[in-house]
Amino acid sequence: MPEPLPMPDEALLQTPAQTVGPFFGYALPYSGGPTVRAPWQPDAIRLHGTVFDGGGDPIPDAIVEIWGADAAGRPSTERGVLDRDQHGFSGFGRAAVDRDGLYAFTTIKPGATRAGLAPYLLVTVFARGVLHHLFTRAYFDDEAAANGADPLLSSVDPARRHTLVAVSDAPASYRFDIRLQGEGETVFLDFGLEGRHEGMQR
Amino acid sequence: MPRPAPQPGESQQVIDAEIAAHHRAAHAAAASGAPVPAHPPRDFAPYRSTRLRHPTHELVRADPEEIELVSPAFGHTDVAAEEADLTIQHAGEPLGERIILTGRVLDGDGRPVRNQLVEIWQANASGRYVHKRDQHPAPLDPNFTGVGRMITGDDGSYRLTTIKPGAYPWKNHRNAWRPAHIHFSFFGSAFTQRLITQMYFPGDPLFALDPIYQSISDQRARDRLVATYDHDVSEPEWALGYRWDVVLTGPKSTWMEPEDADHA
Repeated sequence: MPEPLPMPDEALLQTPAQTVGPFFGYALPYSGGPTVRAPWQPDAIRLHGTVFDGGGDPIPDAIVEIWGADAAGRPSTERGVLDRDQHGFSGFGRAAVDRDGLYAFTTIKPGATRAGLAPYLLVTVFARGVLHHLFTRAYFDDEAAANGADPLLSSVDPARRHTLVAVSDAPASYRFDIRLQGEGETVFLDFGLEGRHEGMQR
Repeated sequence: MPRPAPQPGESQQVIDAEIAAHHRAAHAAAASGAPVPAHPPRDFAPYRSTRLRHPTHELVRADPEEIELVSPAFGHTDVAAEEADLTIQHAGEPLGERIILTGRVLDGDGRPVRNQLVEIWQANASGRYVHKRDQHPAPLDPNFTGVGRMITGDDGSYRLTTIKPGAYPWKNHRNAWRPAHIHFSFFGSAFTQRLITQMYFPGDPLFALDPIYQSISDQRARDRLVATYDHDVSEPEWALGYRWDVVLTGPKSTWMEPEDADHA
């Protein structure tokens, strides 16, 4: 029998999440947040979509973050993520949706981070009414062979797999809608943090 | 300021009963050995806006890849030191109770989360946000915006000066009031540790009534969102001090930690 794990120090237990609420619009968005790569750069792509609720209505108070590798599949270590010049690439973007639930980024298409994986962007969704943010990944529909071999995509119910794939809708442009609930509900991901155990006290 | 007509809505008693039922179910599950998540459930009906905004499918378990085990390279050049003082952003002094709030951001092993971005936003002392969609008929303060940013130090610490925010009404149910809180956004050393949450003040009489705070079923976990008054942080003739430490657990990279690599 393995030794039981020591009880975690109370001081080192996870701080719980709370909703971003409705009033982040004057705080979290920042100039350049949606522009991870300058649109005039030859390798710039557009990633855009709408965030929908379970009634099929667009959500006007969500904020989306993307985080991705560079074209070689490496995380950027360039400093200056918030105050980026027009030539760099930091991999991180943030865009609040508009009144119609639309968000849009310009970024680059990342490289695969290791052999056997398809390229993707990590997408994080915050909104009023979402008590704990949601992670998903945006893969690309023009990477069919890589997507077919990707371990995460392969582990997902085939009927829902398409919700993780951004669709080419124009040259260098991909559409990635996010549905929080219901018909076509996006596959959201648990990186092992959802069921973290701890004792309970009233 | 015109006083709005009271809106019909469900009573606090209805919300209280729903919260109590959620807590009973969570405690029964814990008693039978189920894991107790630290985070609130996304399906928590007493907070009405969750109804159409929580996924109904189980989340799919994913192994974090390298990109998910690192975070954006924020740095001190991203943020001016003055952004940590919300009381000096305008020509005059904001109204309200000046406070100093400090703490450390740590990972689950107790290691400091260094050089990471902390963002905050909050209502003013009257309980009003600058946000254009905030319709609460309380006065705006021309000397207070309520937005701040900091980069954590080498020990994971942050420190900010602000005004204690007021409680404010919202329309979740009839006579619904949010306890005073400050919104916080954190990045860990891995993107999987990303956290947006709210920090509360000790002894707030609205705690028991608030479905957002009460969405967390474990009292100890709720307590972790409440700052403590710290007289050593208070400054004489100037400001009251509060301390609030934050822990971001979860899988993280080992290869991006040069401090540790030195000892390898």
